Amino acid sequence: MTATIAITVNGERREIPAPATVADLLARIGLDPRKVAVERNLEIVPRSTYATTALAAGDRLEIVHFIGGG
Amino acid sequence: MVTLDFTEAELHRYSRHILLPEVGAIGQARLRASSVLVVGAGGLGSPLALYLAAAGVGRIGIVDHDALELSNLQRQIAHTTARLGRNKAESAAEALAALNPEVQVEVHARHLDADAAEALIPRYDLVCDGTDNFATRFLLGDACHLLGRPLVSAAVLRFEGQLAVFESHRGPPFPCHRCLHPEPPPPGLVPSCSEAGVLGAVTGVMGTLQATEALKRLLGIGESLAGRLLIWDALDMRFRTVRLRRDPACALCGERATIRDLAAHRAAPAAPRVCAA
Repeated sequence: MTATIAITVNGERREIPAPATVADLLARIGLDPRKVAVERNLEIVPRSTYATTALAAGDRLEIVHFIGGG
Repeated sequence: MVTLDFTEAELHRYSRHILLPEVGAIGQARLRASSVLVVGAGGLGSPLALYLAAAGVGRIGIVDHDALELSNLQRQIAHTTARLGRNKAESAAEALAALNPEVQVEVHARHLDADAAEALIPRYDLVCDGTDNFATRFLLGDACHLLGRPLVSAAVLRFEGQLAVFESHRGPPFPCHRCLHPEPPPPGLVPSCSEAGVLGAVTGVMGTLQATEALKRLLGIGESLAGRLLIWDALDMRFRTVRLRRDPACALCGERATIRDLAAHRAAPAAPRVCAA
């Protein structure tokens, strides 16, 4: 039995195997990091730190789309 | 230099601003002495430029290379059906002049390349990005940082809008556009408005928010959005403001920045636009 942590992604609760980073989460939900930004607990996570930012139980994450229309 | 020599007509025109303690006659004179470069006379640029002109921003530059098309008019409300086929910077300038002949409008009917960015940006106090492609967005973000101008940047797609103010040239803690997205997305990864659509009124809200942040910055009032990102989902009718910090590893404003000029933008081919007609 692997340990899991409960986090919220785009308002929906998810259980993910721990330990996990922001990069792990994006890979798990199949999102290309080049087309999103990630917000964790109301703060944008720099893309340079996705692989080193560990997720903690109770984290609230939102996927922010990279848009550029005018 | 701020002078208070308003005409009767100006006092009357701007009376609802002058009534605001945060603006007053001094703030209104400050707006008249200010200049803003609006890049893109489209869905964002239309309400943005109209509100800046109505507010009495003394000099407004409008950059747009494109000719007005029928599919623009669902959202680009500075234009008219009668002006189809005309250059959009010229068409918008007509709308601004009709709304407020007191302000000076400068038409730049050209594509914004690196040379144009270097020539135009230093001539204005503040820059607003309402463009429709990532190549120009990254050029503007880099150029404003390197040339030392605040950038008020809005973007739209479908029912979503985002707004940010970048002042990274002032140093920490202010982030730049590359602290949010280090690189443009590879071609084809992010859909364009012409592929995915956009609700016209969403561009209107975002362009108007952009004008509001620009006016606040020119007046020096309120709490700037700099250091935060505003995200609006019109379908959920939910606004969120999240913190955007300066990334120490950023290639433009970080401790070991590698982008020191606009050379990469001169080498790059024109990228596909993301919100074209």
